[in-house]
Amino acid sequence: MSLISPRRFWAMVVKEFVQMRRDRLTFAMMIGIPLMQLILFGFAINSNPQNLPLAVLSNDNTEFSRTLIAAMQNSLYYRVTEVISKESEAKTILKRGRALFVVTIPPDFGRLLARGDRPTLLVESDASDPTAAGSALAALSTIANQSLNRDLTGPLLPLQAAPGPVDLNVQRLYNPEIQTKYNIVPGLMGVVLTMTMVIITALAITREHERGTMENLLCTPVKPIEVMLGKITPYIVVGYIQMSLIILAARVIFQVPILGSLPLLLCVSILFIAANLAVGITFSTIAQNQLQAMQMAFFFFLPSILLSGFMFPFQGMPGWAQWVGSALPLTHYLRVVRGIVLKGNGLADIAPELWPLALFLVVMMTVAVKRYRQTLD
Amino acid sequence: MSQPAIDVRGITKSFDGKVVVNNLSLTVERGEIYGFLGPNGSGKTTFIRMLCGLLRPDSGSGQCLGMDVIHDAVNIKKHVGYMAQRFSLYGDLSVRENLDFTARIYGVANRKDAVAGMIERMSLAPYADQLAQSLSGGWKQRLALAASLIHGPELLLLDEPTAGVDPKARRDFWDEIHELAGQGLTALISTHYMDEAERCHRLAYIAYGDLLAKGTVDEVVAARGLATWEVAGPGLYELANRIKALPGVEQVAHFGKTLHVSGPDPEKLKTSLEPLMNGPQSYRVTPTSLEEVFISMMNQSSAAGQR
Ligand SMILES: Nc1ncnc2c1ncn2[C@@H]1O[C@H](COP(=O)(O)OP(=O)(O)OP(=O)(O)O)[C@@H](O)[C@H]1O
Ligand SMILES: [Mg+2]
Repeated sequence: MSLISPRRFWAMVVKEFVQMRRDRLTFAMMIGIPLMQLILFGFAINSNPQNLPLAVLSNDNTEFSRTLIAAMQNSLYYRVTEVISKESEAKTILKRGRALFVVTIPPDFGRLLARGDRPTLLVESDASDPTAAGSALAALSTIANQSLNRDLTGPLLPLQAAPGPVDLNVQRLYNPEIQTKYNIVPGLMGVVLTMTMVIITALAITREHERGTMENLLCTPVKPIEVMLGKITPYIVVGYIQMSLIILAARVIFQVPILGSLPLLLCVSILFIAANLAVGITFSTIAQNQLQAMQMAFFFFLPSILLSGFMFPFQGMPGWAQWVGSALPLTHYLRVVRGIVLKGNGLADIAPELWPLALFLVVMMTVAVKRYRQTLD
Repeated sequence: MSQPAIDVRGITKSFDGKVVVNNLSLTVERGEIYGFLGPNGSGKTTFIRMLCGLLRPDSGSGQCLGMDVIHDAVNIKKHVGYMAQRFSLYGDLSVRENLDFTARIYGVANRKDAVAGMIERMSLAPYADQLAQSLSGGWKQRLALAASLIHGPELLLLDEPTAGVDPKARRDFWDEIHELAGQGLTALISTHYMDEAERCHRLAYIAYGDLLAKGTVDEVVAARGLATWEVAGPGLYELANRIKALPGVEQVAHFGKTLHVSGPDPEKLKTSLEPLMNGPQSYRVTPTSLEEVFISMMNQSSAAGQR
């Protein structure tokens, strides 16, 4: 007596293949997800980020400071996004994440340099994401000194001496101890919310279709918007429970300092939670069965986690990847959470991230309501 | 109130180019129990779904409870109770919770009392707190009927409500329907059971999308004009095969110890049977039943369906 009957085994294999062929979307996802991973990991992600935005607060208008700015611009590590002249602006730029670094050139920079007095460049860096700032910061001293050395010709030649013409005073803001967990733990809140909110709601309506309960529901006077809001609301509560748990863990277990206002964080999170739920609902109006809904949720989750700046520095990604990332709610929410928790940002600082979330929510909700089938055909 | 509950004309629906309901017109008076019959895949479910706004007809028009079927589906839904062919309540809610949910959706007044009353009326009390998915098939049907009645609809659309239900429960079900009809409720009920068809005030028979007959049971039987003979005695099995081959014989069916032979032309049937009548069996003319009429129509339409 044989244990395996090749005939029965083959019957199963053939049946599985036929079913696989019927479920086109699942099949497309099986091909699409690895392709997406390949592209994201291969092209978008760079753990040694380059072209990071840097702002210069220039109080000195000499040959030397121009050389310095040009050198930073020309280096692979930086991209000088703005040259400002007010000190108050520097804080705002860092708080709102418009640049990761602000280099302050002191007023008498040129004069001190020419005298060989090694003027000090103040470098403020946004260390909330330590990996982003790390290697670029390390290179800054070399870039500054080498470029300025080239200008020290003729009588100034002796100034090219050992310690270099300038001194750097690096200040790591928001995360002075360079703790990766300070960056990860608040970010995790966004990731967890994305994952559960999208998956749960993607399954919610699909399940009604799969189990046939939709037939009954569609016969009642209930309106699409009522169905959707009704399905979303309980999960908003779940989302808040998740958030509270993470905030609690962040404080108690990971000792992450929370600088900003928690009520503000809780308030604006509703936008993000709702945006994710709307994505889930939209998926569930497209998916034919729960497996497809799961896969679509995964398809959304993957770029969210990789392109949002959660795992890899957003500013270090190529332009197209940043562009895709900017369309994802998690990207903006991460900036909100990290801004409030690590930088103590207020409403005005996070406002630039709120309207993209709101826009995303409105668009998704419209798609969801439009796509919701009010009939069975 | 003299307006019919359902009055639709020319309702047509096709799926992927295949016509499933073809130019169907139907009038159901208020307070009437209307039977809807036809072979599997004839379009009964599709038609009922169009009436309650689950599917959009490709063409056709009409009104349901005085409201336009195409444009006023939302308002029709408030006054219609629908029971799908497949159990479509929530298996992971209890009987009571299912009824409560439905009552809430329809905004039933005195919800708690309405639910309790319905549980009582449908004898669902022993199962009230059981999950719907763990009910037996017949009790699921009852729960579904209860849910479709909870908001006091004016029109019931029931798609094979008694499939898999035992005879006693079916009897109760029909008694209930007749009582409701007495109070003015209209019901359109699809079924495959002949005895149930005979309990309807009027019925319609559709096959492959076409309406083939409608009227009271007697009208439908008479319109078909079949003649039927009952044969009793020994050796019916061999006899049946011989009779089947005779001209003018359309169907031969065993009914316990008797044989029912029917055909469209009474004279021709008689001529065919006469030579056999000196055998050991007894022959007598019997009224044609609805079943014979339906089988006859089914044979005809499936022959036509082969085109
Ligand atoms: N959503 C659909 N898509 C494609 N074809 C469909 C769809 N729904 C029904 N059909 C087809 O329409 C025809 C009529 O189906 P319908 O369910 O209305 O029959 P029915 O009379 O209710 O049959 P039964 O007695 O078996 O319940 C069938 O051939 C069926 O395959
Ligand atoms: Mg059906």
